[in-house]
Amino acid sequence: MSLRLHARKLACERDDRWLFQGLDLEVRGGEIVRIEGPNGSGKTTLLKILSGQLAEYEGELFWNDTPMRQAREHFLANLLYLGHAPGVKAGLTPLENLKWYQALSGETGNETARFAALESVGLAGFEDLPAGQLSAGQQRRVALARLELTPRALWVLDEPFTAIDRDGVAALEARLVAHARAGGSVVVTTHHELAASTALRRIQLGQGDNLAGI
Amino acid sequence: MQVSDTAPVASAGVALGEPGGNLMVAITATLKRDLTLMLRRRGEMLNPLVFFALVITLFPIGISPDPELLALIAPGLLWVAALLAALLSLDSLFRSDYDDGSLEQLLLAPQPLAALSLAKVAVHWLLTGLPLALMAPVLGIMLALPAGSYLILALSLALGTASLSLIGAIGAALTVGLAKGGVLLSLLVLPLYIPVLIFGTGAVQAAVFGDGVTAHLAILGALLAGALIFAPWAIAASLRISING
Repeated sequence: MSLRLHARKLACERDDRWLFQGLDLEVRGGEIVRIEGPNGSGKTTLLKILSGQLAEYEGELFWNDTPMRQAREHFLANLLYLGHAPGVKAGLTPLENLKWYQALSGETGNETARFAALESVGLAGFEDLPAGQLSAGQQRRVALARLELTPRALWVLDEPFTAIDRDGVAALEARLVAHARAGGSVVVTTHHELAASTALRRIQLGQGDNLAGI
Repeated sequence: MQVSDTAPVASAGVALGEPGGNLMVAITATLKRDLTLMLRRRGEMLNPLVFFALVITLFPIGISPDPELLALIAPGLLWVAALLAALLSLDSLFRSDYDDGSLEQLLLAPQPLAALSLAKVAVHWLLTGLPLALMAPVLGIMLALPAGSYLILALSLALGTASLSLIGAIGAALTVGLAKGGVLLSLLVLPLYIPVLIFGTGAVQAAVFGDGVTAHLAILGALLAGALIFAPWAIAASLRISING
């Protein structure tokens, strides 16, 4: 089965202000969709709607042509969402953090895979330190290790490049492209300029054209 | 990160998966995670217990050291103090998860949120309600509580605080998105605590006066059973509302 996330006439209002209206959007396998727009233009809100967290919106959302409400379980089993906050517990070590995330999807996983995932994000040697002692960038990397560890088709990433150093940014970008090339899809917001690639599509928020339908 | 374009990508990584996975794995992992977290923050864990001990210590000093008078009010005092101690610790139940983004992830887990939040509440009870119940008989001695009622006191508190944790978690879930939800939380859940308080003190009083305690304990058990059935769904729904805000 192929992957298709599809939104029709999406509109969201916050504090008496339309963030976007009449937004049509489609994400297919093999695509990187970059949501662009100035601060406060509703990028995070759109990602939260697309990842099924916000229910207060107008329009329809489909997962593989099934309305989201009915397909929610299947959708969640294929979604990896990384939000603004990395979701890394300061009181737990990176390994324990990853272990919980694996268990959340119902898998025990194994220690070797977790070590390998942490090594792949450059955290070898930090596995057993409380995450609270790591830098912001390193904590973000702990969250990013989930991309390696939990195979999911759809990645929804909210500012994943925040606090990451230059090498890390390049590697993450390559990882996104590799994921798309392998047939997965990525929805991402970032202020970092992604290298042009055939897989990349852009969606602009906070501009007149989305408001055409008023 | 040393991932290059040529890095082998697990082909399983892009195939659409089916929902499934072992719910028990998720629940035990959540139990273990919360226990570990709480045990690493001992100070926070001891807070309700210290509060409980302090309040009970101050009463004989403030009222009168007369054992007969103290024995009369002891069941109510112990229960009210334990209830407030449990209430104090509720605000932090989902707070840190909300702040660091884990709560979002919990909501997006392909496992039933009600079951996972029940695991979180269970940890809260294990580390506040149960210790409070175990500590109460010791403080009962200080209030000249008749010796025969210690077991009933601990039992009623153990049953009752479990209901309190469950009911309180609904309020905690509703107020987690608010910056200063503490007061609102108390106002929300206190009315719902009253039945538990009535039958809890009732049980201990009955034990003090030598009446039958079974009825009171049975009602406490029934309240707990009801809370166990309905609260997880209410907690899950409340968390969704909070995240929506």
